Amino acid sequence: MKTFKIEHRNSDGFEIIDLYGELDAHTASQLEESLKNLISDQKSNIIVNFRELDYIASAGLGVFMAYIEDVRTIGGDIKLSNMNDKVYNVFDLLGFPTLYDIFDDEKQAINKFLSES
Amino acid sequence: MDNTATYHKAIKAATSKLTDIRKFVAKHAREHGFNEKQISDIQLAVDEACTNIIKHAYQFDQTKNITIELEFDGDQLSITLTDRGAGFDPNRYQRPDLKKQIEKKKRGGMGIFLIKNLMDDVHYSTNNDENVLRMSKIRS
Repeated sequence: MKTFKIEHRNSDGFEIIDLYGELDAHTASQLEESLKNLISDQKSNIIVNFRELDYIASAGLGVFMAYIEDVRTIGGDIKLSNMNDKVYNVFDLLGFPTLYDIFDDEKQAINKFLSES
Repeated sequence: MDNTATYHKAIKAATSKLTDIRKFVAKHAREHGFNEKQISDIQLAVDEACTNIIKHAYQFDQTKNITIELEFDGDQLSITLTDRGAGFDPNRYQRPDLKKQIEKKKRGGMGIFLIKNLMDDVHYSTNNDENVLRMSKIRS
């Protein structure tokens, strides 16, 4: 099992957050901090890549619920990509796919941003 | 392997203990032949239930404890979580309206929905200051 970790990179002008390990009520505050920092810097084209995330609980999903409106208000979006089946299942059970863009691959998320601009 | 078995664990009511709780549940469910999808469901249900106890029943008071009991009987796993904090009634919770919650920047209410969805049976009771959440899953 990997320890929870967040890495931040910039790709073609998009802010990419890479998540590692397990996102639960203990680790969710770290993700919250990362999103808050991006929003306060007016960086609003955000992609969260879940490729290395093994597990998510609802506290993790709650972070995306809390900040999506702020990001959309400043003209951006939080798009999600590369979830494994187990993680996607939690988003799906709670109805996220109708309100969030969720892609198999990060590149598709970038293309969606480009098509919207 | 014996068809029936019971395991107990008492843990400090702290979110830092959620990883240990998930490991404890997964280890025994795996030993008793539950498949990986079912193990994931059980781990998430127990995580959500413990998170609710830590946040709502104990309001992050780490001096408190949660006890977990796993009972395997034939194809059934019954999990009992006991706390002595503020009670709540999971029957009050409906499926969260995600759109409304996002508009109001409100989170929460998702844990109970997930627990009910992931487990085959969920029962909650309060007696003598003790809150008992009992949930079960049938091995497939």
